[in-house]
Amino acid sequence: MTMAGQVALVTGASRGIGKAIAEALVAQGVTVVGTATTQQGADAISAYLADKGEGVALNVTDADSIDAVLKHIDERYGQLDILVNNAGITRDNLLMRMKEDEWDSVLDTNLKAVFRLSKGVMRGMMKRRSGRIINISSVVGTTGNPGQANYCAAKAGLVGFTKALAQEIAARGITVNCVAPGFIDTDMTKSLTEDQQQAIFANIPAARLGQPEEIAAAVTFLASPGAAYITGETIHVNGGMAMV
Amino acid sequence: MSTIEERVKKIIIEQLGVKEEEVKPEASFENDLGADSLDTVELVMALEEEFETEIPDEEAEKIKTVQSAIDYVTNHAND
Repeated sequence: MTMAGQVALVTGASRGIGKAIAEALVAQGVTVVGTATTQQGADAISAYLADKGEGVALNVTDADSIDAVLKHIDERYGQLDILVNNAGITRDNLLMRMKEDEWDSVLDTNLKAVFRLSKGVMRGMMKRRSGRIINISSVVGTTGNPGQANYCAAKAGLVGFTKALAQEIAARGITVNCVAPGFIDTDMTKSLTEDQQQAIFANIPAARLGQPEEIAAAVTFLASPGAAYITGETIHVNGGMAMV
Repeated sequence: MSTIEERVKKIIIEQLGVKEEEVKPEASFENDLGADSLDTVELVMALEEEFETEIPDEEAEKIKTVQSAIDYVTNHAND
């Protein structure tokens, strides 16, 4: 069984992990709609996907924007088999200094958006009795990380959300899982200082950053027909830095 | 052309996998026809599509029996 002919929506696909996921799915014959927050980002996605999909602008915190993108997918492709909730932001600060809007924006983009998108794709997947929802969590949702109370809360929230939804819709042939990356070589981790990177490396048995393609491989597996009996699970991809 | 009642019953039979004779007016989806809460949500979705209407959540929650489904559609259907 292959994934050829399926259609996937990957949020936050202009760069980093999301781009690697989109490219990995395309390699399996999947048509990918990748989203970015700006039209410029969407155009960049269209450029690298070429005839294997398209980039669209999406604000995951705006219900109308989500409705418009899902309507577009329905009209153009007539189906959506795979949803990868990858879009995420950080607004790091010590809790003592964290502003309400730093908390709210991270929870809205990283957690509530997953609720909105998952709900939006549910009807089509339920009717077809098949579907894959894959949420990109994070190792820090399990371990915690100082300065990231908002991000850790959102990423841990995804794990609980995933388990609840997985139980609700397992009988309809839809699986819901998380992939929890450790420290991956992306713009998000490039912003760390040298000292921060060295401190992190000391705790990674693999003694290196992970590559976006290594996250994409886990996502592709969960999206594949062979993973049909895995649901509510979180696959940690972190070079051994946390074993749970 | 089938009546609304016939069309509603047909959807209930298909969605819940029950026999025609079980679909009595007073039959409760969850108590009598073996539906769980998600089955009921799907049933409402199927009714929405069959009758090209949108059933608000607060109305959908009241559709618990065969008769209540027929009544809702009779009162709200576009066709």
